[in-house]
Amino acid sequence: MFVKPRFRLVRDGTRIRFMRGRYLGLLVSAILSTASVILFFYPGLNLGIDFSGGVVMEVRTQGPADFAQIHAALSADHIPDQGVQRFGDPSEVLIRLGAQPSEQSTQAAVARVRAALEKGVPGAKIERTDAVGASVSAELFRNGLLALGISLLMILVYIWFRFEWQFAVGAVVTLILDITKAIGFLALTRIEFDLVMVAAILTVLGYSTNDKVVVYDRVRENLRKYKTMPLRELIDMSINETLNRTLGTSMTVFLASLPLALFGGESISGFAWVMLFGIVVGTSSSIFIAAPILLLLGEHRLRRDAAAPVIPPSSAKPVTASRP
Amino acid sequence: MMYFSRMKTTLILGVCLLGLLLGVPNLFPAPASWMPWRTVHLGLDLRGGSYLLLEVDMNAVLKERLDSLADGVRQSLRDKQIFYQSLEPQPDKTRVLLRLRDAGKADAAVAALRSLISPDASTGLPDMAIAAQPDGSITLTLSATALAARATGAVDQSIEIIRRRIDETGVVDPQITRQGQNRIVVQLPGVGDPDRIKQLIGKTAHMTFRLVDETANPSLGGPPPPGDDFLPMQDRAGEKIAVRKRIDVDGADLTDARAGTSPESGQWVVNFAFNSVGARRFADISRANVNHRFAIVLDDKVISAPVIREAITGGRGQISGSFDAQTANDLSVLLRAGALPAPLTVVEQRSVGPELGADSIRAGAISLTAGFLFVIFFMAFFYGLFGWFANLALVINLFMMLGIMSLLQATLTLPGMAGILLTLGMAVDANILINERIREEQKLGRPPLAALEHGFSRAYSTIFDSNATAFLAHVMLFVFGSGPVKGFAVTITVGIATSLFTAWMLTRLLVSRWYIATRPKLLPV
Repeated sequence: MFVKPRFRLVRDGTRIRFMRGRYLGLLVSAILSTASVILFFYPGLNLGIDFSGGVVMEVRTQGPADFAQIHAALSADHIPDQGVQRFGDPSEVLIRLGAQPSEQSTQAAVARVRAALEKGVPGAKIERTDAVGASVSAELFRNGLLALGISLLMILVYIWFRFEWQFAVGAVVTLILDITKAIGFLALTRIEFDLVMVAAILTVLGYSTNDKVVVYDRVRENLRKYKTMPLRELIDMSINETLNRTLGTSMTVFLASLPLALFGGESISGFAWVMLFGIVVGTSSSIFIAAPILLLLGEHRLRRDAAAPVIPPSSAKPVTASRP
Repeated sequence: MMYFSRMKTTLILGVCLLGLLLGVPNLFPAPASWMPWRTVHLGLDLRGGSYLLLEVDMNAVLKERLDSLADGVRQSLRDKQIFYQSLEPQPDKTRVLLRLRDAGKADAAVAALRSLISPDASTGLPDMAIAAQPDGSITLTLSATALAARATGAVDQSIEIIRRRIDETGVVDPQITRQGQNRIVVQLPGVGDPDRIKQLIGKTAHMTFRLVDETANPSLGGPPPPGDDFLPMQDRAGEKIAVRKRIDVDGADLTDARAGTSPESGQWVVNFAFNSVGARRFADISRANVNHRFAIVLDDKVISAPVIREAITGGRGQISGSFDAQTANDLSVLLRAGALPAPLTVVEQRSVGPELGADSIRAGAISLTAGFLFVIFFMAFFYGLFGWFANLALVINLFMMLGIMSLLQATLTLPGMAGILLTLGMAVDANILINERIREEQKLGRPPLAALEHGFSRAYSTIFDSNATAFLAHVMLFVFGSGPVKGFAVTITVGIATSLFTAWMLTRLLVSRWYIATRPKLLPV
């Protein structure tokens, strides 16, 4: 462990013919993504107050929370709460109020809950108050989508600039499929979708791109090295060559995020779970989605037909982007 | 690739040392007060505190501007003996509409109204346009730039007044900044329950002193007589009192206000003092209206309406109502700080109590340590010696990240802690790429030095491309994110930069030194 490596994930010289399963990979991905889109509409995302507007208050009571008492305190003042639920510790309670008609009434609702708890639940302490008015939540949602869209666009342009357009399209289509699956995961697990989740999805996006770039980079290199190898074989070879790195990095990032999901506390563990899911999806999509798309798009463009006779080197058009 | 000049070596080690020195203050409290002990700012979600996003009511600003413009119109036309049928502020068209009785006097009216135009402070252009129609109607339309300037002024003034009000409450280190066109962000570290502050901010606190119209009786119903308002009494719910529209003395003329107890009744009161202008006017009004009532009006509610017993000439006075210590104090704070130019609404609130913040720090620290150990162990297990090189670089990376964030006074939020963890994972990716590449090159039959050379140089383009894309994604997050998410983006962006340095420079230097020292026949990768 101190000098010699102890363990390899994949043995050297592994030659798995991934591209044989290209249609299967695309099919499975298409099914999962379609299912995710359906989940997005029904039952839909569990929108957090960042995007739906409303009030969330985290209350710490002395001793285990008495839900009946809290309910009684709230209903004594006719506060229409949308749920009182346990949050982490037994002494911690989350009170939710739905979106209020106006900014003023949102603040009024906070004040009413506060007063009702003071009166009805002695010893209760409000540890967290999030109140988001309707106009702000719409704005946050728009900005979140904007960040997502512009990130995708920048990635597209960057990869286009550094590689060929087939690579860029392959990467972005794969990323969009990844995002739909992450959204499906959120809809399925009912993890609250808020600003932090947008950050999580963007992180997954960054990570997944990272992974694709590594595989693509090897494809680009091999395209230059083996001028006549059919693209299908070449992609397989590139994936196999980078497999140790792909799995190694995924494992480290996965391991680094796992404690966060387990011990990070209620407010951040959702983030970590999405990360973990995204790592698995992003890693597999590099191999099973991004590479097949590249193969489909580039079979006749990136590579002259493999069966064609030897191309005279002088007239051969450079097939890869020249690196600055 | 594997050769480092003495200067380059010194530089790399120097940067690492600097990073270590900058990062260390985050681990211990300052040993002595004279030492520059810069640490990472903890976000409000970690240290506890409140974030309030306030919106300035721009319609109120516009309405007030149009009302005062209409007042000006009334005044100038009265001076010139020009009569009008109607005078109407139209906020949706940012103008005042005036209909003259005699259309023939339109030219004279326009000439008289010209005096109301003043040049815009920044552009020098007139701040409104006056246009007359043949039917005798005249419009005074405010220019967009003048309105924008007024809006900016209103927000700036609000910030100043909020600051004064909050300073009175003794909150340490509040941050009040403008956001966008009409919003203000108020950050209150350590305030888990901002209820009192919201109450202080939520009042416009526009105080006026006006005479009571004793001839009108609001309880009879019907609209108030011209020149009067029916205003509710603060202490007696449902009861209204007729007050003249004319403002005799404005709260802006107050120089001081203090809560105190009245020596006669022992009740809480607010004592105030006018400046010289206010004092003179107050003296004149009170002298002319002995035995009549005047009203002290705060935000369209009458606090009290006492009878004037004698001329009040000292410029001092006392407001009594049904105050207790808290309300008397709050009112005096509001009066001292001055009135807001427009009402403010809290559109977003996020408060975290200090206990919850401490819990978050603890949970974050545990996950961070566990994740870090996982990564260290993994690298050592998979890459042996080269893994330890990477691990050393990782530790330096962590310190550099903290150091740079301390230097930038960046804010560490809870998602930011997740960001640190994630960068650690990503930082080793660069090392994994390098190690795998060296291994491959050695497998191809290259001698150790050549394998190292090729390994590092070939891995470089991959590392660069993969980090550049992640970098772009997170810069976007920083630009469009808000609050804690911004903190996350900062952490990752800084982390990408430092991890590029440590993986690319430091590990390479370590490997090169190790190679020179041992000259191995085979690399243990």
